[in-house]
Order: sequence, then C-alpha cells, then structure tokens
Amino acid sequence: MLAEKTIPQADTPKSGQQVVNDFSITVATVNGSGSQTSNAAIVRSIFEMGIPVGGKNLFPSNIQGLPTWYTIRINKDGFLARCENHEIVVAMNQATFTQDLADVQPGGVFFYDDSIRAPITREDVVSYPMPVKKLIREREVPSNLRDYVANMVYVGVVAYILNIDMDKICSALTFQFKGKQKAIDMNYGMVTAAYEWAQANLTKQDPYRFEPMDKTAGFIMADGNTAAAIGTLYGGVQFVSWYPITPASSLAETYFDFVPMLRKDPETGKTTVVVIQAEDELAAIGMAVGAGWSGLRAMTSTSGPGISLMTEYVGLAYYAEVPVVIWDVQRVGPATGMPTRTAQGDVLLIAFASHGDTQHIMLFPGSVNECFEFGWKAFDLAERLQTPVFVLSDLDLGMNQWMTRPFEYPDQPMDRGKILWEEDIARLNGDWGRYRDVDGDGIPYRTLPGNRNPKSAWFARGTGHDENAKYTESPEVWERMLGRIKKKFDTACALVPKPVIETMDGAEIGIIAYGSTDDAVQEARNRLAASGIPTDYLRLKAYPFSPEIEEFIRNHARTYVVELNRDGQMQQLLTLEVPERAPDLIPLAHIDGLPLTATWIVTALTAKEVK
Amino acid sequence: MTDQVVTEPRGQVNLAGLTKTDYRGAPSTLCQGCGHNSIANQIIAACYEMNIVPENVVKFSGIGCSSKSPTYFLNRTFGFNGLHGRMPSLATGALFGDHTLKGIAVSGDGDTASIGMGQFKHIVRRNVPMMYIVENNGVYGLTKGQFSATAERGLALKHQGTNAYMPVDIALEALVSNATFVARSFAGDARQVKELIKAAIAHNGIAVLDIISPCVTFNNQDEAMHSYAWGKEHEVMLHDLSYVPPAQEIMVDYAEGEAIEVTLHDGARIILKKLDRTYDPTDRSAALRMLEEANRKQELLTGLIYINTQMPSLLDVYDLPETPLNRLSDSRLRPSRETLDDVNAMMV
Repeated sequence: MLAEKTIPQADTPKSGQQVVNDFSITVATVNGSGSQTSNAAIVRSIFEMGIPVGGKNLFPSNIQGLPTWYTIRINKDGFLARCENHEIVVAMNQATFTQDLADVQPGGVFFYDDSIRAPITREDVVSYPMPVKKLIREREVPSNLRDYVANMVYVGVVAYILNIDMDKICSALTFQFKGKQKAIDMNYGMVTAAYEWAQANLTKQDPYRFEPMDKTAGFIMADGNTAAAIGTLYGGVQFVSWYPITPASSLAETYFDFVPMLRKDPETGKTTVVVIQAEDELAAIGMAVGAGWSGLRAMTSTSGPGISLMTEYVGLAYYAEVPVVIWDVQRVGPATGMPTRTAQGDVLLIAFASHGDTQHIMLFPGSVNECFEFGWKAFDLAERLQTPVFVLSDLDLGMNQWMTRPFEYPDQPMDRGKILWEEDIARLNGDWGRYRDVDGDGIPYRTLPGNRNPKSAWFARGTGHDENAKYTESPEVWERMLGRIKKKFDTACALVPKPVIETMDGAEIGIIAYGSTDDAVQEARNRLAASGIPTDYLRLKAYPFSPEIEEFIRNHARTYVVELNRDGQMQQLLTLEVPERAPDLIPLAHIDGLPLTATWIVTALTAKEVK
Repeated sequence: MTDQVVTEPRGQVNLAGLTKTDYRGAPSTLCQGCGHNSIANQIIAACYEMNIVPENVVKFSGIGCSSKSPTYFLNRTFGFNGLHGRMPSLATGALFGDHTLKGIAVSGDGDTASIGMGQFKHIVRRNVPMMYIVENNGVYGLTKGQFSATAERGLALKHQGTNAYMPVDIALEALVSNATFVARSFAGDARQVKELIKAAIAHNGIAVLDIISPCVTFNNQDEAMHSYAWGKEHEVMLHDLSYVPPAQEIMVDYAEGEAIEVTLHDGARIILKKLDRTYDPTDRSAALRMLEEANRKQELLTGLIYINTQMPSLLDVYDLPETPLNRLSDSRLRPSRETLDDVNAMMV
C-alpha cells in the first residue's frame, strides 16, 4: 500500500463474530493490466445488492508496469470516504506482495495469486490462494487477453468467499461490455470457473461477508467528470476547447459519447456544440474566450498546470468582461507534482488569477450530483455576470466512482444575461455603451458579433477603455471602470449557490470544508460526536462568500477549515473575509495526494481541541 | 437571421449602398509613413470594392503596432484585440459564433513569429476561414526598436548591435504547415496588396498574407531588408494579379496562354498574368523551391505563392446548423427532460 501511518480505527473482530457490510477491500495490481473492469464489476455488483459502496483508484503516473491499488469501501451506514484500514487485500502484483501482506489489518483477509513466489509470513490473517495461471490455462483464453481475464479470477474467488451475488456480477459485466456476448462469455466464464474452484477447494475461515440491503435505491454510481460533462450539455454548452491533462481529460472525452445522444438539433439534426482539442492550454482558453465573446456558452476543462498557462487570458476575459467557464479538476502541485493524485491546491491561484486587480468566481461541487448541477449552473452565472467562472473539482471527485443522487433536470430556465440584438439597438436609437452600468448592478449590456445593426459593434480590448469601449488612459476612467467591475463581484454574492449548513445539539465549534472531502467530514463528525465533540458543519459551494458564511464563523467559538493542501488556502481566503476572527479560524490542512479520511480529521481536530 | 439595416446612400455608393466612409476606422496613431497605415487603407478599399457589408466581418489582432491597426479600418465591425501571439485561438473560437461572418486578422512579425508561432501554425493547419495578414517589418516598434524573429542575420540596429540569428520566413512557415493560401507582398505596392486582400477575403480557408511593411522609425535604413528602399530595389513580382468577383466578366486584358486563372469556392476568380516566368501557384513543391531560391538570391518575391481551393475549412468540418450558433434558441440547446431518465439509467 502507499506509505502512510495506519491508525487503528475499528476493533479486530473477535472469533466467531461476523462482520457484515462494513469493511474495505484493496486490490493490488500492476498498472495497465486491465483491472479496471474487474474492480468496476465488484463495485457495481455490491451496489446492485443494495449495499452502500464507493471505489477509489490510487494509481501512479504511468501507463503500464507500476503498482496500482483500487480500494473499495463498503459501509452499511453510508460512510464511503477512503479509510486507512485494509481488512481485505487482493494481491495480484508480485512487486508489492510483501508490503501488501504487511498492510492487512490483524484478523483480516489476504487473497493472493499463488504463482507469486513469496512466503506468507502472517498468522493473524486468513489467506486464500488463487490458482490464477492454472484456471487461465484451463479456460483456453487467447494469449493477448490473458492478463485482462486473469483479473476475473479474483472476482470469482472473492465473490464466493464474501458472498457476492453471481447474477449481479453477470449483469455488471453485461453492462460494462455493452452487451457484447463474446466478451461477456469469456469474462463471466472465468468468474464462474474461479467461483466453482473456490467452492470445491476453499473453506471459509474469515468473518467478513456481504448481505443484501436496500440502501442504494434512489442512487446512481458515477464519477464527477462524466457528471460534469453531461451537466454542461444540459446547460446548453456550445463550445468546448480542451487539451489532454490528467485528471481532467475524461471530462472532455465524455462528449464523444454524449454529444451524439443529447445534442442533435431537434429542428435540423445537426450538432449544436463544437468540441475541439486545442494545441495547448494557452490556445484552449483563447478559443473559449473567443467563443464566449461571440455569444456561445463556452468552456474549457483542465488541471493546475493548465490553469497556470491560462492565467493571462483569464485576466483579459475579466477586464473585457467575457463570459467563460473553466473546469479545474485539481491534482497535486506545484510543478508536475503528482499528476495522478488528488488535491485542493489551486484555490488561491484561481481566486486572484492574472496580473493587476482581479477576483474570480469559484464553484466547489461537493458531490458527483453537484458536478452535474454546476455543469449547467456555471454558464448562467458566467453569462449573467459576464466574467470567467471557475469550477474546482479534483481527481478524487472527478475520476472515482461515487454513489450519488440521480442527476436532476435544471430547475431554472437558461439565463443568457444582458444581450442586445438588432431590434434592441434600434429601440435605443443606437444610444448604448458596452460598459455602461445602466441597472446599477455593475453588469453592463453587450452585443454579439453577427448583430447586423450598424450601431451594434464595439471593439473588445485589454487596453484601458471607457463606457463606450473606446481606448483611454484617463486616470478617472480607469479607476471608475475597475470599481464597477468589482461591483459585479458584490452582485455575485447573491447569485452563487449558498452553503449547506448542518448543526448538532450542543456544538460550540464549527467545521468548514468544500469539495471532495464531504464524506470524510461527515464520518468524522459522527465519530467526534460519539467521543463528546459535537460539531456544526458548513459546506462551502462558492466564492465570493455569501453572508451565511461570515455569520457561521461569528457564531462559533472556533471554526476548523478542512482542506487538501499545505497552506490552508480556503482558510486564508476566509481570513480575508473576517479578519477580526482570524485567530479562531483554524486550518486543518493536509496534503499527501490521497483522498482525505475521517480518521485524519478526527485525530487532527481532537489534538487541537483536547490540550 | 434579421435583415440588413441599410444606411441611406450619401455620395458615391457601392452595390451594398455604402460610401467609403462607412468602411473607415479611427484615425491612425502609428507613425507617419508606417507601412501598416497603407495596408489599413487597402483593407478599406478592398472591402468597399467587394461590396462587403461591415457587419458581416469580424476583426482580430494580437499585440504590437500592427495589432493596433484593426481600429483604423471598419468602425462598424466587431473586433477583438487579444493577447500577444494568441490571436489565432481567439479568432478560432469566435468564428464559431456566427459562421456567416468573414474573419480579418492583423498581426505582426513580433506577434506571429515568436510567442505566436505555435498558434500561427495551428490556425493554418486547421484551415480557419480567415484572412491572416502579417505586417512584417523585422523589428519591435512599440517597445522601441528591438530585433524581431524575421530580422535578417547581420542587420544592425541602434542600441541593439548586430543580429546573429537566421530569420523566420513567414510564407515558408505557412506553406510547410499546409496553408491553403500563401501570398507575399510589399506595403509599397498598393495595387498588389489590395488585389491580394480581395483574393484572401474570398478564399474559403486560412489566407496568409506576409506583407513587408517598413517601420519608418526603427528599421528603414536603405540596406535593411524590411525597408522601403530595399523593397523597391528587390521586389520581383511572380505575376500581375487581379481579383474578379463572382459572375463578373473578366476585363483583364491578356493574350491566350499568358495567364493562369484560379476559381474560388464562390465563383470569384484570380487572374495571374504572366510576367517573366510561368508560375503555377497550385504546385506546393514548386512554391517551396521558389521561396528557397528567392531567399538565396535575396529577392523580395511577391504575389500569390500558393493556393489550394479544395480543402474544407474548419467550419465545414463541423456539422453545424444553418442558423448561426449564437442565435440558437434555448430549446435547441437544452436536451428534453425525458432524456435525463435515460442518462441516469446508464449510471449504475
């Protein structure tokens, strides 16, 4: 497993005591060996059995050969954050075999490929050998597919020992192979053979097992990148420019499947969204800003290094007041950092991205369902406010499989903002100015290229300009224009999604968190409450901060800000908002590249509270 | 689509009912005698003569002296002055807003041949339907006289010493990136500049015009290869070029076999009247050879170097509706409620 301190969490099961639907399974494989399909089949089967489940891929920056782990959390109470404990480990990788064995929790279970020549040195775990090579030989699998199908052996053995419903595995594979019978037969045939082998040769000696429940009704399983892309399609996105980067690529790649399904023009059958792979992030943002200026719902998706490259265009879009949506699926930086690891480290970079005075709107989806919601909502905000809107997801939310509420159809009509067409300009007798604050909300009116009224055109520029978009270096005009743009930020406070606040009786302290840490925070609060530390919880969804956030901070003796970065970036932003409460805004910031666990929060917060 | 608002005719009007004043821009703030000003005037003249309605055009530029010039023509036209070297991406995105608009972009050698080289290559390779003029003077004007990447090796500039590096050749770069229209001209040759602009605007694809446009303040010494004097001395015209609009009779006078005719996608024609040599601008390898040769002989070779009218433009590649994308109603952009049930059913 990845190097980390294992903090004991649950008691070692006593002999004879059954552990039902409350443990985690970690599968250790070699990257590129095709274990994604087998792991997904296990997760989907458990979900179909009605048991709350989540899957996280902890993978290296590598195509083939380096070790990779997939952790599956099963929890009857629905707590699905990553946890440090490894009750059950499936060892398919010779290179990490010894470490994987060492990491099994006492009383845990160790499934292993019996062709790996290494001693089983633990007597406090139950171990089950799996004759992977032998079963593959017997099934006469074509040699090019052997590595992939080999993974189906552990699916079958684990299914027998832990009681996974074989029909569910069959339907999961049918789903994954999109009904292709040959692939289904080959893979499910292997699962069945392994299951039958286990039935004939293994005796169950461990206490762990699955029992069907009804806790997944009303949920779906999805990852945040897929949800985000589909959300933007329901938001009427018209232009997507992107450049490949982990962990954001799968967001843009989702369009390949869903544009043909969702975005054929009902009137002509033509496609109503342009998706274009740019030559780099400099061009991706340039294209999106151009498209946004010409009146399209335009966006780009990237990760931290891409944000760094996009910064100058973001500043131009801010000052020229061009709507554009930028998805940042965050990973660990600075520099190339750990590209396949998760983080919330771009908050401060984005809040003030670009030179000069800038301030940007940020949305923080806290669930896969919210990735969908902010997919469409971000365009309404960007076009209403005529400014860049950032959506900050992360690798954990974006690429891992989460149980989430079904996507909900937008509950508001599209807000295209203040746009003047030919007849509007005619009605105004041509008396309009691109940057006039007519309504007092700081938001001016705009016209779009293609407007044929001779009085409609204006020249967009990054140089100093007045209310009529004319070039000027007048000191008064510069200050006035920048002041008006700042007013839009105040207007935004009332438009951005409000935070979610959850309270507990007797809570004196608060927790503020955002994004992918929600599951870990909820589980931590549960455990903290059980140990006598009740907490109130505010989950941020947006920046600028709405008034509820300041109120929450004022109403608590101390507020802990939980986040996945070194410097407590959100805590710093909050401190700017409520400087007089700075001593009581305590950062609980942590960055090791892994999804946050409840245990880390409990330990860190308890250490601060109990002194 | 809404009707065109026609301005009342005043004085001499073209077929669009517009006077030359309707094509003007703000007064230039560039130096007296700058080549860029004469190019701006030729853009105005070309658009007027082609009866182009200003609202049917959209202008782009990057950063530098050249990039200021879109404000000096077509006041009634939308425009965006983008970032240094990154006008191509801006234009690529913006042209999807309304596919009926013509793109006119002005850049310079500083903007295109350094930070902009990557985006230049990619807008060329995507065949974005737009005229891309590079006002090429071999020097950075706005920052007061530093070498640009197109400055010839050995050029000496005040305070800058002598340039030690080989120059970038914009026309060659365009050609090797599979441009579908490559021309070179000289700002001192107003007629050729204007005819090439017309052909470039009519071309359905990227049209790269590398126009040597002398900087009278920082790089106009007689021996400098981007000066007026050098250009006048060394210009070698490939042909005598005329643009003939669609459905108009050819008035250019030439004998049988003395001209090559290229027909554009809208029926317009470019007539290339033979001068000293016979040159076929549809032969890409001949074009490459000839540019190499001209560089070796230190000739300022001008005219239509290469044209390919067969490649689809970027906008043709996408299967978009006839209605401009930026006029599609919400109901054509947001999928129906029923479709979401199918989507959710796929998420297990």
